[in-house]
Amino acid sequence: MTQYAAIIYSHDGDWTSPEEAETTKAYAEFSENQAAVIRGGAALHPTSTATVVRVEGGRGGDVLTTDGPFVEAREILSGFYLIEADDLDSAVAIAAQIPGAWDGAVELRPVVQFG
Amino acid sequence: MPDASAVLAELVRDEGRRVLATLIRTTGSMTIAEDAVQEAAISALEHWPRDGIPDNPRAWLTTVARRKAVDAIRREAARGDKEVRAMDLTGGPADVPDSVVRDDELRLVFTCCHPALSLATQTTLSLTTLCGLTVADAARLMLTSETAMARRLTRAKHKIAVAGIPYRIPPDPDLPERLGAVATTVYLLFTAGVAGGDAPVRPQLCDEAIRLGRLLVDLMPDESSLQGLLALMLLTDARRETRADAEGELVLIVDQDRSRWDPALIAEGAALVDGALRRSRHRAGRFELEAAIAACHATAKTYAETDWTDIIALYDRLLEVTPTDVVRLNRAVAIGERDGARAGLDELDRLSGLDRFHLWHACRAELLVRLGHDREAASAYARAKACDPPAAERRFIERRLGELTA
Repeated sequence: MTQYAAIIYSHDGDWTSPEEAETTKAYAEFSENQAAVIRGGAALHPTSTATVVRVEGGRGGDVLTTDGPFVEAREILSGFYLIEADDLDSAVAIAAQIPGAWDGAVELRPVVQFG
Repeated sequence: MPDASAVLAELVRDEGRRVLATLIRTTGSMTIAEDAVQEAAISALEHWPRDGIPDNPRAWLTTVARRKAVDAIRREAARGDKEVRAMDLTGGPADVPDSVVRDDELRLVFTCCHPALSLATQTTLSLTTLCGLTVADAARLMLTSETAMARRLTRAKHKIAVAGIPYRIPPDPDLPERLGAVATTVYLLFTAGVAGGDAPVRPQLCDEAIRLGRLLVDLMPDESSLQGLLALMLLTDARRETRADAEGELVLIVDQDRSRWDPALIAEGAALVDGALRRSRHRAGRFELEAAIAACHATAKTYAETDWTDIIALYDRLLEVTPTDVVRLNRAVAIGERDGARAGLDELDRLSGLDRFHLWHACRAELLVRLGHDREAASAYARAKACDPPAAERRFIERRLGELTA
C-alpha cells in the first residue's frame, strides 16, 4: 500500500457559492464512493483569499507578506486528497474519479513515510 | 559464422533478461535484481568458456543471481520483512517454468513502458532492462553520456519504487492503450536509429528495436499491432543499405538499388503483414497499415510496378486512424504516381496549412519538374530549403536546386 497526495488543479472556484453546487455535489459523491481509500484532504477557498508569506534572509528575518497565490496560473491548486492505493495504476483509477480531473488535472505524488 | 564468444555473450544476455524478469518479481526491487543478474552474467562469462556451457543455462544463471540477490538483501537488511524475502528467494527450484518466465517478461515490458514514465525514460529502460544492454552501450546508442544515462536510470527506478508503478500485465480494458504505448516506444527507438540528418545512422539501435519487436510478438502472438510494428521495422530495415549512397547522401526510393534490398527481411515482413491484416480485419491500426504500405513498396519488382492503387487505399484507411499531415502528403504523392503529376499537384495544393513543412514544398517541386515548370520548381525548392529541413534533406534539396539552375 502506498499513500498518495492527489493534488487538484482546477478553475479558481468558490466551493461555498451556489454556482459551484454541482461541482461540490460531485465531490461529495466522490468522497462517499471512495471513503474506503480516502485518508484525508481539504478543499481550499479561491486564490483571491490567498496570502503568501516569506521570511527575508531566512529564519528570524523580516516577515514579508504579499497578496495572492504563490503562482499565477489558469488552473490553480484548489484542494487535495490523501488516498491509499495498491499501486500507481489503482491510484490513477481513483484520481480519474476526482471531479477536478475532468476539467483540470490531478497530480499524484507519493507521500514520504518517515521512520 | 559468428565466433564462439559472441554466441556465448548472446546466450548470457538473452537468458539473463529472462532471469531478471523473474527476479524483479521475487525480490520486488529492480535495482537488486539488476545488480544480481549482472553479477551472474559476469560469472557466467568467466566460468562457461572454461567449464563448458551448462545443460540449463537459465537455471544456472537463476541460481547464481538468486544467491547474489540474497547477499545484497542481507547486506542492506536492516528491515525484518526483507530478511523474510531473502529466505523465500533461496527456496524453490532454479528451473522456473517457461510460462512463469513469460508472464514475468510481459510484466517487465509494461513496467518499463508505463505512461507515468517519460518517453526518454521508457526508451532507456527498454534498452537496458528489456534488451539487456549495459549502461555504457545504451548511452552510446542514445548519443548521451554514461553518467547522464546512469542518472536517468537511477531516477527511473526510484520513481518505479516510490510511486508504486506496478509490475503487472494491465487488465483487459487498459490493454489496447498500454500496448499502443509499448509499440510507440519501440518504434521511437527504431526511428531514432534510422534518423539521418546530423544524427548518425545507428544500425545497432535498429537491431535492438527489432529484437524488442520480436520479443513482443513472441510474448503476445495474438496482437496484430505488434506484428505490424515488427513488420514495419523489418521492411524498413531491409532497405537499410540503399537509403544513402557511398557519401552518405539521401537516395529516394525510386533510385534505390532493389537488388540490394534484403529479401529475407522482406519475406518475413510481408508474411507478418498478411497475418496482421487478417487478424485485425477492418480494425487495423497505424502499425498494420504502415507496414502494409511498406510491404507494397518492398515487394514491387521495380518502382514502375508499384501498386499505387493499393497504396492509396491503405493511406485512406491510415488517414482514419492517424489523420496527420505526413500521411496526407504521402497519399497525395501516391496519387501523383498513379494519376500523373498534374493530379498529384492538385492533390498537394488541396492540402492546407503545410506551408511551413519542407516536404510539402519539396514534393510540389518534384511534380513541377515533371510538368516542365522548372522556374516554379526552383522556387518551390527554395521555399523547402527556407523551412530549415534536417541536414541530409537540405543537401538533397540543394542538389536538386543546383540541377535546375545549372
